[in-house]
Amino acid sequence: MAVATGNSFASRFGVHIAVLIFVAIWTIPTLGILVSSLRDKDQIIASGWWNSFASSSQTEAGRLPPASAQTQKDGKYVIEGSVFGDGAKRAISAFGVKAATPTQYPAGTSADLGDGVTLQVNADGSFVLASPKAFEGDRGQRVYYASSAPPKFTTDNYQTVLFSEGIGRSFMNSLTVTIPATVIPILIAAFAAYALAWMRFPGRALLIAVIIGLLVVPLQMSLIPLLKLYNGVGTFFGVPSKTYLGIWLAHTGFGLPFAIYLLRSYIAGLPREIMESARIDGASDFEIFVKIVLPLSFPVLASFAIFQFLWVWNDLLVAMVFLGTAPDQIVLTAKLNALLGSRGGNWEILTTSAFITIIVPLIVFFSLQRYFVRGLLAGSVKGG
Amino acid sequence: MAAQIFSAIFVIIIGVGGCVAYFWGANKLLDLIFPSRGVSGTAAVNNLRRQGLVRPWLFVGPAMIILTIYLIYPVIATLWLSFFDRGGTGFVGVANYEWALRDPDLRNAILNNLLWLAVVPAACTFLGLIIAVLTDKIWWGTIAKSLIFLPLAISFVGASVIWKFIYEYRGEGQVQIGLLNAIIQHFGGQPQVWISLPFWNNFFLMIILIWIQTGFAMVILSSALRGIPEETLEAAVIDGANPFQIFWKIMVPQIWGTIAVVWTTITILVLKVFDIVLTMTNGQWNSQVLANLMFDWMFRGGGDFGRGATIAIIIMIAVIPIMVWNIRQANKETGGH
Repeated sequence: MAVATGNSFASRFGVHIAVLIFVAIWTIPTLGILVSSLRDKDQIIASGWWNSFASSSQTEAGRLPPASAQTQKDGKYVIEGSVFGDGAKRAISAFGVKAATPTQYPAGTSADLGDGVTLQVNADGSFVLASPKAFEGDRGQRVYYASSAPPKFTTDNYQTVLFSEGIGRSFMNSLTVTIPATVIPILIAAFAAYALAWMRFPGRALLIAVIIGLLVVPLQMSLIPLLKLYNGVGTFFGVPSKTYLGIWLAHTGFGLPFAIYLLRSYIAGLPREIMESARIDGASDFEIFVKIVLPLSFPVLASFAIFQFLWVWNDLLVAMVFLGTAPDQIVLTAKLNALLGSRGGNWEILTTSAFITIIVPLIVFFSLQRYFVRGLLAGSVKGG
Repeated sequence: MAAQIFSAIFVIIIGVGGCVAYFWGANKLLDLIFPSRGVSGTAAVNNLRRQGLVRPWLFVGPAMIILTIYLIYPVIATLWLSFFDRGGTGFVGVANYEWALRDPDLRNAILNNLLWLAVVPAACTFLGLIIAVLTDKIWWGTIAKSLIFLPLAISFVGASVIWKFIYEYRGEGQVQIGLLNAIIQHFGGQPQVWISLPFWNNFFLMIILIWIQTGFAMVILSSALRGIPEETLEAAVIDGANPFQIFWKIMVPQIWGTIAVVWTTITILVLKVFDIVLTMTNGQWNSQVLANLMFDWMFRGGGDFGRGATIAIIIMIAVIPIMVWNIRQANKETGGH
């Protein structure tokens, strides 16, 4: 492969740059919500997250104290004080007295307002308004200034989201759905895969064809009949139709074709000699399966487990059809979707919730990437 | 909540224990009914033969039952329901299909789906191929691939939030906190409400799926590229082929089969795209797609199962050619084994 494109310095440099650009496009969006989830909620709307390490600046308006606050100093009438009434620690970079030019004068300079009146606003917010004549009226001078606040990072958003927005509870619900729905299909599929790979029986080829056909059947084909079936079962036995048991079985059913397909192609590739020598030693199919096939198939079982875990954890459609939306059942993806509707503009809540929903898949992905890739390569006919 | 965790653990134990008990117990039972040890020669042979007839069905039985309930029966039932009214009780013939031909929403959804089909698989495969080729040449290629691959682990809903934040629009004069509008404004352009621009919003939704799926295409194609024999590339270099000729005339033709697999896999995914549209626009501003429209009909005003089933059948019809191709391909490869 090293021979493919030219080896000149320029073309190598170009390859590095091109890959760097691709990596940037593929990582910056995720970085955006991670950074935003850690920012103060007022700063999220005041500046873009890419500016979050710089001070966030905003233009504010205020009114200086009225004429009653004036004192006489060196033959001039002077009003002094700080534009920050609240004692906040911000830095002023520029100020002005007209709404059209709010940053006309740099901080620390003296602005001439006409008639000998001068105004100086310093970076720390202190100001001196001086005039040769006495100030009049009970409305003070209008002043505009650009202030910047130091970057502020906090984990408050995570506290809010986990404990008062219900994301913490949904996290537990997602785990409750995902773990059984990952474990149950593995055993069922492994036995079927072994039979389809190593046992001879009539109809086997047809069964394999059916399973490969089922691989691509859209989930949408199953939803309505199963919804009717679940409602019917619920009414008949007088139990709720939206239960964890229902969604575990549904995910098992939807995951089985891929599980059997993936496991069968791996198990069929195990060396024949091992099976045959075990059979000659008097081992039954059951013993061969448990003592030889299962241990040898560990990598493919791990691949499938990761696939199913990610698929169930990230699923929205099945959860919306087969589970309720009450706090004790709503899973993370459905909760995030609900928050998008109810908290559309609250980016501190949305980014934080989104990050919590993707953190588990990211950890699984990074720690088990090897198995994940192997599964992808072995089973790339499945439509996700 | 504690009760919930407890019941989940309980189910794992019961489920796994139940499976083990079934397979072990059924196997033991079979050995008891048709003993092969401790009986005379011919009886043992006969019993072994009988065991051989029954045992495969014990192994595939549970899988077959679940597949029948959750996939085979529903496919037939959906087809059946598509000829019935909203409650699924009154036969209406092909009325739902007539409605499907006339309904403007459905036509819009089909057109959008076609647009998705034309753009997303092509874009993912093309970008995946380019990145696979480029990352193969540099020392930090594995890290780069990992990072580009990463969105594949993110849910569609999570990805939608991520991109909604990028497309975020604020009124003119305000600070743009969405990256896209900030860039546009920086270069003197006009900020836009990207996801409600009719027609073009489809592309902004597609970008999300492309962002997720390019990693998939890249990984599969990268491994196919590794399988290309070194000699063919060396021979091309000796013959004086330039890099583009090598790419298009030597590399691409050798991995044509893999490209087809990637393309069809993403095609099936695109036909089922639902979460992205639901969370970004819910089909507003002419961005509707079939899967979201079906979901809508399933629950709209108590649900219209007949029309919902009809939309599901339309999606299924689009998948059938790929299904047939897959089965043929698999039969060819395994030769019946």
